[in-house]
Amino acid sequence: MNRLSLLSRKPWTWSFVAALATWIVTILFTGGASTASLTQATLTFAAFSVIVGLGQMLVITLGPGNVDLSVPATITLSGTVALKLMDGQDGMILAGLAVSIAIGLAIGIVNYAMIKFLRIPPIIATLSMSFLVQSTAIWYNRGLRVKPPEELASFTTSSTFGVPNTALVALLLSLAVWWLLDRAIFGRWISAIGQNAFSARMAGIAVDGCRLATYVLCAVLASVCGYLLASFSGGAALNMGAEYLLMSIAVVVIGGSAVAGGNSNVPGIWGASLFMFLVVSMLNTYGFGAGVRLIMTGLIIICVIVAASRPAGSAR
Amino acid sequence: MSETEAVVSIRQVRVEFGAVKALDGVDFEVRPGEAVGLVGHNGAGKSTIVNVINGGLSPHQGEILYEGEPGGGISRARAHGVRCVFQELSLCPNLTVVENTRLMHAGLKGFGWRKRAATLIRARMDEVFPGHGIDPLATVGSLSIAERQMVEIAINFLTVTEDPKLVILDEPTSSLDASLAEQLMTYVRRFVREGGSVLLISHILGEILSTSSRIVVMKDGRVVTSRPAGEFSVKTLVEAMGSVVKETARTASSGTASAEKVIALVPQGGSATPFHAARGEIIGLAGLGGHGQTRMLLDLFAESSSKWFPTAAKRMAFVAGDRALNGTFSQWSILRNLSIGNLPQLARLAAVHTARETAHGEDWKARMGIRTPDMNNPILSLSGGNQQKVLFARALASDATIVLMDDPMRGVDIGTKQEVYATLRREASAGRTFIWYSTEMDEVRLCDRVYVFRDGAIVAELSGDAVSEENILAASFSGEAA
Repeated sequence: MNRLSLLSRKPWTWSFVAALATWIVTILFTGGASTASLTQATLTFAAFSVIVGLGQMLVITLGPGNVDLSVPATITLSGTVALKLMDGQDGMILAGLAVSIAIGLAIGIVNYAMIKFLRIPPIIATLSMSFLVQSTAIWYNRGLRVKPPEELASFTTSSTFGVPNTALVALLLSLAVWWLLDRAIFGRWISAIGQNAFSARMAGIAVDGCRLATYVLCAVLASVCGYLLASFSGGAALNMGAEYLLMSIAVVVIGGSAVAGGNSNVPGIWGASLFMFLVVSMLNTYGFGAGVRLIMTGLIIICVIVAASRPAGSAR
Repeated sequence: MSETEAVVSIRQVRVEFGAVKALDGVDFEVRPGEAVGLVGHNGAGKSTIVNVINGGLSPHQGEILYEGEPGGGISRARAHGVRCVFQELSLCPNLTVVENTRLMHAGLKGFGWRKRAATLIRARMDEVFPGHGIDPLATVGSLSIAERQMVEIAINFLTVTEDPKLVILDEPTSSLDASLAEQLMTYVRRFVREGGSVLLISHILGEILSTSSRIVVMKDGRVVTSRPAGEFSVKTLVEAMGSVVKETARTASSGTASAEKVIALVPQGGSATPFHAARGEIIGLAGLGGHGQTRMLLDLFAESSSKWFPTAAKRMAFVAGDRALNGTFSQWSILRNLSIGNLPQLARLAAVHTARETAHGEDWKARMGIRTPDMNNPILSLSGGNQQKVLFARALASDATIVLMDDPMRGVDIGTKQEVYATLRREASAGRTFIWYSTEMDEVRLCDRVYVFRDGAIVAELSGDAVSEENILAASFSGEAA
């Protein structure tokens, strides 16, 4: 079996094919003039989707019904609190990051506590959690717009060796999650739970411990994303997380992870995130209005999912 | 047509599930005004015969006649007045009693059907279970399990457009207390006196003997005896269910079990017998299927492992019988299905060590004789028997000192069984304890000691030469009403 056919069997191939095609089509329209700037922008913005998508992917791996809808509110609260705490001082950058992570930890624990002890389905539990978190953010923010610390702002908006720093952070986090999912015992455990929770229990897996850790990881990744996003865009806004609700789920699905759980992959999150940003850029470049753009985005996503949903069952 | 034309008769019926002959050329009939008691141990073919009669299962060979007319199928069975009260209750819990009545009786239609249905079902319930106190407009989900069973029974005895001619009662008293059971049996006798027919399956032999006019004994997919009920006693009935051939000598060697107890439980579930297990012992859990054996295994396992923290050393391992339910991971390869029970030992720095995992797979492939060219093939590419070997290997490869087995040999071919039996013996003499729920008499006889379950509790403990088919049957079927 040659390398190419081996590659085409991977579920994430389609997301990269789609991203590349969109990139080429956009470049062609501009006659190649904006190649560098388009690539830069794509990598920068895709990085945020990647970070959130990684967490959502882990949660979706846990099996049918598992999803975290509190992601946007977590992004907002984390960005708001961290920026207000740092108050523009460079010395507080690490403290801000620590507070962000702590917020993620707390939200993740409460999410799973509601799912487990109050027996609320994840979709409802995390949605109601998102109202609580969003309200806290509104109460805390009160329309303030605090500037991020100078060093942090310049870090998030600049590049190293031509690659945006946010993309590098996303890459590091992706490597960590890839190791966790594909190499570590933990990844085997959550994949087992996603396929059959009863079997996983009877194989001696600490099912509740794994689920808790996964929900916490997802919330922490979202809060790190909120921290970076607020610093990147020069201040937190109350709607800054909104677009990541659907985005985080879309990149998991387009990336070829199984919606029913048990089978996920990290590269697909990248392909899908790049693709999602490129589709919007392409439609912008072609001068479509907002309405047409949304419809086209929806149609293109449907096409990619249909193309990507070939019969599964190749063993790993 | 003579007036004694059978309500249903089946001739030379054969049903096979894979290699298992569920019915092996059975002749059987129920005549009007007859109450037939059907008894037999697990796998004797009772449920299969019920499913053939109610039209749910087409026989692979042989013919089925309803009131002398050939042809099967659920709708034909119903048209000839065959009704079936299922062991696992078949009511919809989200609907009311009246609505459930409508589901069974399409004749209740048009304006005001609820009112008519309520009147009918209330009258029938009053007749079968006087003083029941069940509101026909109540949602089934709000009723107790006994009340649901009463409703299901009453619905099946109901006449809307046609009379019930044959009512099949499969363990009808399993959730009823003694007085309700007596009410039902009284009603059944009256129904039969008035010309109806009943096919009664029960593990309470007292009910069978007092209610049936004729008793049919099944064994290994065959009818072995069919005689008037008066010719039987509890003792002769149990004997009739036993092996026709002389028992093979027990192969169990009781010398390996040590005195060191690994489990000791106080008596539970209304039983008087405490449960205990020693190191190196093979303990059988016997009795009719679904009488609390699996529950006990799940409880034992739940106590031994945490749901919140990964435990380094596992005390118990579980071998599933219903593989798809709580055994295999269907998206995974054979290797991953095997190694999941043992990952910490195959890991370095919290990551799975691929080379070690592969070696582990090859090792157990050879030891258990798992028939596959490549351990990376999907688990579902294996036959049932080989999937079962993988689950055994998963348990045996772990360092668990106690292995719980939930009827793991269901649907496994004889060759695989022999291989696994030998492995069990070897592992037990090496000091492992096995707790083995089995519905097959041959397997139970391999055990050092056997606990017999009935109605969710241990009713007998047999050890040494007392582990015999006769003793197990006698304990599985209760003589009197519960």
